Amino acid sequence: MYAFDYHRPTSLAEAAQLLAGNPEAKLLAGGQTYIPTLKQRLAKPSAVIDLGRIAELRGITEEAGGLTIGAMTRHAEVAGSPLVKRVIPALAALAEGIGDPQVRNRGTLGGSIANNDPAADYPAAVLGLGATVRTSKGRAIAADDFFTGMFETALEPDEIVTAVHFPKPEKAAYAKFPNPASRYAIVGVFLAKTAGGVRVAVTGAAPCVFRATALEQALAQSWSAASIDGVTIDASNLNSDIHAQADYRAHLIKVMAKRALAAAG
Amino acid sequence: MVDKGIGARVPRKEDLRFITGRGRYTDDINQPGQVYAVFVRSPHAHARIKRIDKGPALAMPGVLAVLDGQDVAADGLGNLICGWLVKSKDGSPMKMGKHPLLAQEKVRYVGDRVAVVVAETREQAKDAAEALVVEYEELPAVVDLAHAHDAPALVHDEIPNNLCYDWELGDKAAVDAAFAKAHHVTKMELVNNRLVPNAMEPRAAIGHYDPGQDAYTLYLTSQNPHVHRLVISAFIGIAPEHKLRVVAPDVGGGFGSKIFIYGEECVVLWASKKVGGRPVKWVAERSESFLTDAHGRDHVTTAELALDKDGNFLALRVNTKANLGGYMSTFSSCIPTYLYATLLAGQYKTPAIYCDVQAYYTNTAPVDAYRGAGRPEASFLLETLVDQAAIEMGMDPAEIRRKNFIPKTAFPYQTPVALVYDTGDYEACLDEALRLVDYAGFPARRAESERRGKLRGIGISCYIEACGIAPSAVVGSLGAGVGLWESAKVRFTHTGKVQVLTGTHTHGQGHETTFSQLVAEKLGVPYEDVEVIHGDTEKTPVGMGTYGSRSLAVGGEAIVKACDKIIAKGKKIAAHLLEASEADIEFKDGKFTVAGTDKSKTIGEVVFAAYVPHNYPPGLEPGMEEGAFFDPPNFTFPAGTYVCEVEVDPQTGEVDIVKFVAVDDFGNVVNPLIVEGQVHGGLVQGIGQALLEGVRYDEGGQLLTGSYMDYCMPRADDVPSFEVHTSRGTACTSNSLGVKGCGEAGAIGAPAAVINAIRNAIGVRVEMPATPERVWRAIQASPLAKAAE
Repeated sequence: MYAFDYHRPTSLAEAAQLLAGNPEAKLLAGGQTYIPTLKQRLAKPSAVIDLGRIAELRGITEEAGGLTIGAMTRHAEVAGSPLVKRVIPALAALAEGIGDPQVRNRGTLGGSIANNDPAADYPAAVLGLGATVRTSKGRAIAADDFFTGMFETALEPDEIVTAVHFPKPEKAAYAKFPNPASRYAIVGVFLAKTAGGVRVAVTGAAPCVFRATALEQALAQSWSAASIDGVTIDASNLNSDIHAQADYRAHLIKVMAKRALAAAG
Repeated sequence: MVDKGIGARVPRKEDLRFITGRGRYTDDINQPGQVYAVFVRSPHAHARIKRIDKGPALAMPGVLAVLDGQDVAADGLGNLICGWLVKSKDGSPMKMGKHPLLAQEKVRYVGDRVAVVVAETREQAKDAAEALVVEYEELPAVVDLAHAHDAPALVHDEIPNNLCYDWELGDKAAVDAAFAKAHHVTKMELVNNRLVPNAMEPRAAIGHYDPGQDAYTLYLTSQNPHVHRLVISAFIGIAPEHKLRVVAPDVGGGFGSKIFIYGEECVVLWASKKVGGRPVKWVAERSESFLTDAHGRDHVTTAELALDKDGNFLALRVNTKANLGGYMSTFSSCIPTYLYATLLAGQYKTPAIYCDVQAYYTNTAPVDAYRGAGRPEASFLLETLVDQAAIEMGMDPAEIRRKNFIPKTAFPYQTPVALVYDTGDYEACLDEALRLVDYAGFPARRAESERRGKLRGIGISCYIEACGIAPSAVVGSLGAGVGLWESAKVRFTHTGKVQVLTGTHTHGQGHETTFSQLVAEKLGVPYEDVEVIHGDTEKTPVGMGTYGSRSLAVGGEAIVKACDKIIAKGKKIAAHLLEASEADIEFKDGKFTVAGTDKSKTIGEVVFAAYVPHNYPPGLEPGMEEGAFFDPPNFTFPAGTYVCEVEVDPQTGEVDIVKFVAVDDFGNVVNPLIVEGQVHGGLVQGIGQALLEGVRYDEGGQLLTGSYMDYCMPRADDVPSFEVHTSRGTACTSNSLGVKGCGEAGAIGAPAAVINAIRNAIGVRVEMPATPERVWRAIQASPLAKAAE
């Protein structure tokens, strides 16, 4: 990796200040994407601001019937949390399926959604549950507005994710078809029946996580596998790469949606 | 009876240091004054080097040297070699493109070495490597093997059609005649997918020139340190052989990829002198391993099997195109020829076989031996072809094989493709495997799977391999540039402890344990009193190293021969001490006894007398240290039956291996625990090839599968719990131990078993790797599977 200054602030304010004064600096959360990027010399930041010592960014609390999860909360903490398992078990199950134990013990919710990898799992949960992303600038960004494109989000350059609030769904589940090599999602479908209606978020299949509106409409009419069977998934906007062609991904979206439906009950 | 002798399931003595992080690998070695090398590599698959400007790199902090192909040429260093001459049908020798240590004029694959930067620290070397200015003129690249012949690009300007050789084996006229009268011909086109070896430890080297001694030392990741010493001295010309010490310490896996003499290891040795004798270290990053470790396999084949109306095989005709990559690697020529076509008889008495092979250069990484090396390609071809024939003839896949097996009464058996099999009992392995897998119960298991919406299939693979690579005279007549014997030295100390020095090299095989068991058995000494030393040309006798499942069958036998000499000398000493005739001395369980009496001397007493020869046979040399070389009369021929059972999810195309039975004939077994471990590893690599692994380059020659994000290595949850059995062994006749070789069998036999099982499940053959998408697409085209869905 290239040389850079390393900062380890202990408060959000300190982190925000460092970031504001250093436009070429990058935030380090769990480092599961960024450390390999640095090691391969694919990034040359002026400074790395490690958020790992900021206690206020960690933790899981029950709020307004749903859950608020700090940005620096590790996947393993979410996966193992009795609170998450009780309130939104689908979220605990999703976290349990991210990467491997090493990744889950380092990777964080905030890091995952701020990076917005097209094949990451968490964006599907945030979008599928209609969550709200809270930031250091006091903003509360709706999931529908947060994920703006491949590795792009609504975050401003000097803005830090502090927490995500997940409303409790009536029913929800996530089903993933992993890439055999990376174990990232080739297709991941998060399905939720919420107060605001049925939401279906798809990750892995396209340049950015998206809502499968055709599936949402069909499931809103009838929460059944037959509804999914009746939907045609448009493959034209889906990814084709060495791991899966777009038509296969389109097919898998329906298969995974049915599996999520079965799991959600 | 010796404790921990031959046949005992002794846990590996080397494992304690490996699993507690106390192994000593090349990168663990650091020397005073050590500096670091980083290679500048070609970003292009094919380009002309127009200009290299070293200035900016040389000006960077800490930089000691920047060397390129012109420096290599100026110092008169030789090119890398291919050590096995293969001749084309017309008698002309293979066309070997020049392979310099650092590229000269052209680069021929992405990752090709262009220059080396040596600096005080690794980071400084990397910074300077980025600052090196290289101007390229990009050339069209040839990547696709199937079209290499007519490609507009020539990898080596002087080699027409990119064709290295057009080779043949077998009686073409007899084969054509048999096809003409065949009742049925089964024809198949298949791809043997290209693989990256992926040893856990990447390649690494430390070169050190000592100006005081005018001598060189090279620490490196090698399966055969003496072969490295030989090539670097005799062909590259960096140092004379007696002034070069090569040490291969603990090595974290090889699978063939660390046999070869690559440019990097030579360059760091040469560079050490260029920087005044400071040790120069290079450790490959994983991405360099993907780009530059010699890849394996990569064949495109058309195969035809002629049968009579009863399903007897009449003849086999095979045409293969083999990919050599941008340059010939050390043994690349023999892999798709003498280690491939010679195995096409398989376990069958097919009377006529003809194979021709065209080997092509392409703008991809060099291709050479990888676990099995030629034999997996032959076995996969034959066993999928035989399966297809069974389907077309309406026969049971087990029965068509049984019908065509070489009977156990027919050994030694001369095949139509050069080899003479010494022993085997193929039907016994098949029967045992079918019994263990409960072949008869398969229809019920399939029905049960169907009730759960899954497609179940069963696949058989009856593999054979030739290993224990040797004998020298035979390989020499076929073009090998070296002899393939092996060496050993057995040394007693005053106190009766034993040092075994072997010319083989262990990098995961467990030689320290197996060879200790061997010596404990032969000499009657405690297993714990034996130390096995390997991997240092300054300690061990000249040896040829470890590959081709040869270490026990060839190297182990050399140890036995050295032990025999120890015993012969011990008898003379014992006879003297016991005042008996040498002819009356018997040796058993560590004791020399006068036959028919209770008068005896232990081997410890005899050894002590040899080192303290106060009362000693007149004229006999003191000391107890004996060396031996062994050149076997033939290869060994491990064989067996693998049966794989899969469940396919028709919704996604996922394949789950639910059962895998391996019955192997490895002859006699010294350590069943190690043998089973070797089979497990081989099976995992074979399953990896069948389901998960496959190198992909894009049309321009960029490696798309250059990391574990895109190249799928098998993980523990990808494979089942294996049932491995070695109880049906027939003793090999080419060594006194009766052993064959077990290191490659799994990788050789497994792919066909998996692919045949998938075909049995879904009704269509899927190319390797049988990824979920490929299987799903095949299912869409399969009436059988459609019905089940």
